[in-house]
Order: sequence, then structure tokens, then C-alpha cells
Amino acid sequence: MALNPKKHEMPTQAPEVRAHNFSEVALGYPVEIALEEAKRCLNCKNRPCVAGCPVNVNIPDFIMKIREGDFEGAYQIINETSSLPAVCGRVCPQETQCESKCTMGIKMEPVGIGRLERFVADWHNANVTEKAVAPAPNGHRVAIVGSGPSGLTCAGDLAKKGYKVSVFEALHTAGGVLVYGIPEFRLPKSIVAKEVETLKDLGVDVQTNVVIGKTLTIDELFEMGYEAVFIGSGAGLPNFMNIPGESLKGVYSANEFLTRSNLMKAYLDSPVTPIQKGGKVAVVGGGNVAMDAARTALRLGAEHVYIVYRRSMDELPARREEVEHAMEEGIDFRLLNNPVEILGYNNPENPRDPKNGFVTGMRCIKMELGEPDAKGRRRPVPIPGSEFTLDVDTVIMAIGTSPNPLIKNTTAGLEVNSHGGIIVSEEGLTSRENVWAGGDAVTGAATVISAMGAGKIAAKAIDEALSAK
Amino acid sequence: MYRIASKKNLNPTVTQMEIEAPLVANKALPGQFIILRVDEAGERIPLTVAGTDKDRGTVKIIFQIVGATTELLNHKNEGEFIQDFVGPLGVPTHTEGIGKVCIVGGGVGCAIAMPVAQAFHAQGAEVTSIIGFRSKDLLILEDEFRACSDRLIVMTDDGSYARHGNVTVPLKEMLEAGETFDMIITIGPLIMMKFVTLTAKPFGVPVTVSMNPIMIDGTGMCGGCRLTLVQDGKRVTKFACVDGPDFNGYEVDFDEAMSRGRMYFDFERRAHDAACNLLKGTNA
Repeated sequence: MALNPKKHEMPTQAPEVRAHNFSEVALGYPVEIALEEAKRCLNCKNRPCVAGCPVNVNIPDFIMKIREGDFEGAYQIINETSSLPAVCGRVCPQETQCESKCTMGIKMEPVGIGRLERFVADWHNANVTEKAVAPAPNGHRVAIVGSGPSGLTCAGDLAKKGYKVSVFEALHTAGGVLVYGIPEFRLPKSIVAKEVETLKDLGVDVQTNVVIGKTLTIDELFEMGYEAVFIGSGAGLPNFMNIPGESLKGVYSANEFLTRSNLMKAYLDSPVTPIQKGGKVAVVGGGNVAMDAARTALRLGAEHVYIVYRRSMDELPARREEVEHAMEEGIDFRLLNNPVEILGYNNPENPRDPKNGFVTGMRCIKMELGEPDAKGRRRPVPIPGSEFTLDVDTVIMAIGTSPNPLIKNTTAGLEVNSHGGIIVSEEGLTSRENVWAGGDAVTGAATVISAMGAGKIAAKAIDEALSAK
Repeated sequence: MYRIASKKNLNPTVTQMEIEAPLVANKALPGQFIILRVDEAGERIPLTVAGTDKDRGTVKIIFQIVGATTELLNHKNEGEFIQDFVGPLGVPTHTEGIGKVCIVGGGVGCAIAMPVAQAFHAQGAEVTSIIGFRSKDLLILEDEFRACSDRLIVMTDDGSYARHGNVTVPLKEMLEAGETFDMIITIGPLIMMKFVTLTAKPFGVPVTVSMNPIMIDGTGMCGGCRLTLVQDGKRVTKFACVDGPDFNGYEVDFDEAMSRGRMYFDFERRAHDAACNLLKGTNA
């Protein structure tokens, strides 16, 4: 039987419908399609996909279980190496990781590994009520700073080995960027909550409202009896462009806009969380966070949403799938444009005019691509005299973050690089004994799965260090 | 959940509570703040720490009932619980090496100024306190200030108690009479802090102001609390939650901060009205 040359499409909500709701865009494979897609795996000998996965999920093995119709068996195989299967199946950039290595992909489209992973995880969550069981304790205690993807992964891996793990979270809900950053339509909050519950079943103790570096320091964690600490505190303070007008009302960092919508529930029309809705919105930046912010603004009722990015489509760093989804929904991509000033309302007649200080537009300049920079990306260069005004009333800056100084400032001997990222060895060990780190706190803004990979590597190293004691 | 260990109304619109939060009580220093949520669906609001009791593990907060959340909080009684309470956040007020200080507090800002005045008093500094209120009804903490100040001047805007006028009047008189301070620390409405700074400027006395902008996480993630400092002619963005809340008054762009503070004015007023109606309903 000839193999289908293309991955099976995953059903999605129609763009014109989903642009007005916060329900998940992609609906997941039904059983029949999952079984068909699983047939496309060649189960080849050298398994390049496994090496392409930052947490080395035994991909062909779980796909073979799907083929057998043993979906729970498939889940258990994923669960051996990944603590957050339902999350990864949704937000991993599989096209540049496992799927990019797939043997099928040489001649045809690769196997839809991410879609199958999501299918398995969702099947498990819908059908298995049996709770995970905490293993016998091994007597060692580990503290994890931050409950985002790296922290949860590290916690899960250690808990499965019998460590008593405490996770300290600064916010009031566990999940880090999975709850404050990634919107409901891409990663439902109930899925994150479920993954956190599973970790609790494994014996992980999650303490919210504890800011490490303020409420407690790393040194105090050791005094309290923790033998190792993993820092997964995330990216940090949002960057701004340092152009005039960035303090006007209606200018947000993507972190603030997304936090108001996601964590603080403006997307559910929370009566206590204000957010600027409707009107015309410009999102500055081209990463996944920019796509999330643009599509959130649209769902909150914006008439028109622009993505303003200074390079071209080829350099756009967001996942292709997210860009395609955004375009289908009607997000207007203004590429090779760079903001130079944000304009605000000012009534010289009346300093008390309530409209004073609100955004009325954004001056941009057109760009062209010049010589490649050190990284080989062609550098955008402004075209003189090409300035124009985009008529907008909300501007969202999604141009990255800089590391948070709280832990560095209160932990003697913890070395950071010139960008403020924590310096670690290949195993994630910092310059401090028994302190490991990973995720955005080390690398600066990156992906959920790379943070999970770092959490996994550190968990292995922590286990080796503590079990040798 | 965090238990309300005590509750006391300081005046008709200002309430004091002690919240059981031992980890926070253990660490908090004057000038730092906490963030709380009253209930599961609540917003996060920052409030400055007004004192701690390490033995009892409690943190004192003093708040003015100005919006939906403070209305809900005020509706809670001693022995009840609030959902979230996190801190201490921000950098403590710098007190080292200051021997003579003038504390200028306005309205509920006096609640924040009080522990700062107490800290200076405890380290042996000479403390002059000027506290101002709109009227006698709104006066708070007079005795507490008297206990930690070498000199206390109370002002009311309408003259209904003590001296008539705003806080800049006695400050200006003292400075004009040749009085000097190592530092003036002012905490209160932005407009008051702006004018305290302007009053001190001709005399070259350093001024520290305590900023209280709109904030969400309070740990250096969202960037909502940003404000602009003008340093050597350059405009620099700072974050009140991790760089502050104390800043050099001469550097702060107060007008911008005032404008940003009004961003959600209409929404907040509607939310407050809704909360009041809701609470009226539950009382009926």
C-alpha cells in the first residue's frame, strides 16, 4: 500500500470563527486519523527523530504503540522521558526538531510526530483517571526555582526517582510562561493545570507566592535542608526600543498584555482586569510571542492588527504554523518596517482632556536588507525619507526580554554572562556548588522545549551528584 | 491562604490589617511592598509594608478604600483569609549614613512613611516629620509619628485640624530659614511628591520619592510599572518593582507617571461601583 506523502492535516477551527474566540485553534487528531498517521512511520533503524528531540522521547516506540491501538502504552513511553506531553504536543517546534530529522521527510512530508504526541496525551487525559503514584522516597530533597517548563520538567524527573521536590513559584498560579504567556487558544490552561496536578500526585510540593531572591534566598534554601537547587526562573524584564512615546497610555510590553489576558483572565472578560480592547493594534516583533500578542488582541476585539517587523518573511523567527494561522485570521504583516516614534494625543487647550497621553499612531520607517551580520542574517537598513504613520491606538512591544536580576543580586558567587544570563556547564551546573540552572534564565528567551531539555539534563546531573553522596 | 490576624479602621476610608505571612514578616524592611489578591478571581494589587511583627509572623498593611479590590479587602474581617500575599518586593529605603532626615507624608502615604520614619529614629537619626491630610476626618497615625519624630508638623488642606495648608508650606519655611537635611523622603500622591521635589530643589537637598505605579507581577516580568528617569539629560526607563519603589525625585518624570496612572481610570471607577453594589447586595 502506498504511503500518504503528506502528513494528515489536523482539523482546526475555521479562521473567521476562531478569530473571535479563545478556544483552541487546532482540534487534535480523531482516532482514525491518528491510526492512519501512525502508519506513515517507517520505524527505521537509526531513529534520527529521537536525537532531534531535546528530551529524547522514544518516538518510533510510541508510534508503534499507537498502531497497535494501545494508546495508554504510547502515553507511558512518552511519559518515561517527557513530563509534559500534552504541552509539548502543542507548543514544540517539531518542524525544526524531531520532524526535521524524520527519514520520511527526505522524500515526502515527515511523520506528524507532534500531532501524534498530542493525540496520545489528550487520549490519556480524557480516558485515564488513575493517578500517578509517588515512588518510595530516596531521602534527598531538591528545591526548584520557578514552575515554568524547565522547573516542572526537572521536578518531574527527580520526583519519579524518589526525590522530595519543592517548587517555588513567584506568581499565584503554577506554570510560568505556560500560564501567563502562552494564550488559551494555543495551550488551554486546563492542560497545564492537569500536568501540574500529575506532578503533585508524584509527590512534588508546589509553593506559590514565594519569590526566590526576595522571600527566600538560594542560601536559605540550603539552610532549610535542600541539597540541590535548580534555577528555572525564566526570562525577565521586557525590552523596549527606546524610541519616543513608549510611555504613552496604550503601549504595552507583550509580557504585560499577555499576562493581563492570560493569567489575569481579561480573555474571560474578568471584571477586575483592565486591558485595552478593540481599535487598531500594532505588535512590534516577529517571534512566537509577537504572534501570540497579535492573535490575542484580535480575539479581544481589535478591528485591525498589524505585525511590524524590521526584517522580511524569511527571517521571521516565529514558528511557520503560527505565522500561517495568524495570516489566515487576518493579521496584517508589515514586514521590513521599523517603528521610530509612537505618537500620542495632546490637547493644548485642555490639559485635563481625558484623551491626553493615549496613543494615536506609530511612525515607522521602511527598511531594506543589507549585508549579512555575524550570525549570517541580512541586516535591515532604513530607507531614508520613507517614514509613514500607521494609524493605531495600541502598541505592543514583543522584542525580547533581559534577565531578571533578583536571584543574581542575592546569590554570592553566581556568575552571569554579559547579557545577565546565568553561566552553566553542559550539565547545567552554575558557578555555585549544588546549584543548577536552565531555561530562559540561562539562554535568554527561547522555546518551551529547549527549557524542558535543560530541566531534564539538570535533573540527571542532580541525581548523579546526590546519589553519589 | 493568608489569615487576617487583626483589622482596625484608622479613619472612614483607611483600614489597617495584620496578615499572617511569616516568610514575608521575616524579611520585609521599610520601603518594601507586597502584592495581594483577595480571592481566586481577584486582581493583584501592590501595597507597601507598614510594619512587621516577626514573633507573630504578621505583616501590617494600611490601605485606602479607593477601588474594587480595596473595597473587597475591607469587607474581610479578622480571622478570615485572603487568597494570595507575596513579598517582600522592591528595594528597601536607603537609610545608611543619613543623620538628619525630613519625612514628608501625604494622606495614606503616611502609612508607608511611618516605618521609614521609625527606622531612621531607631538608628539615631534626627527625624522631622511633616504629615498632611485633606481634613481632620482623614488624619491617621499622628501618635505613631510623634513617637518616632524629633519634630512633627501636621497639616490639613482645609484647616480643620492643626495647621492649615499643604506640606510644602512648612518645608519651604524651614529650608528658607537655613535648615538643612541629609535627605528629604516623600511618600504620597504623585502631585505632592512632585511639589515637594520642586520646593527642595533651590536648596539642593536630596529628595527620595516612593513611586506606586500600576503593577501586575511585581517581580520584574511584565514591565507595566515602568517610569522614566532623566539622568544627565537622557531619558532612561526603570521598573518600579525591581529598581524601586524609591527613586531620586529630581530624576523622575512625574507628569508622565501621573498620566500613566490614569490609564484605566474609567474601568477602575466602573469596577469599584460594581463591587460596591455587589457588597451592598450581600449585606442586604
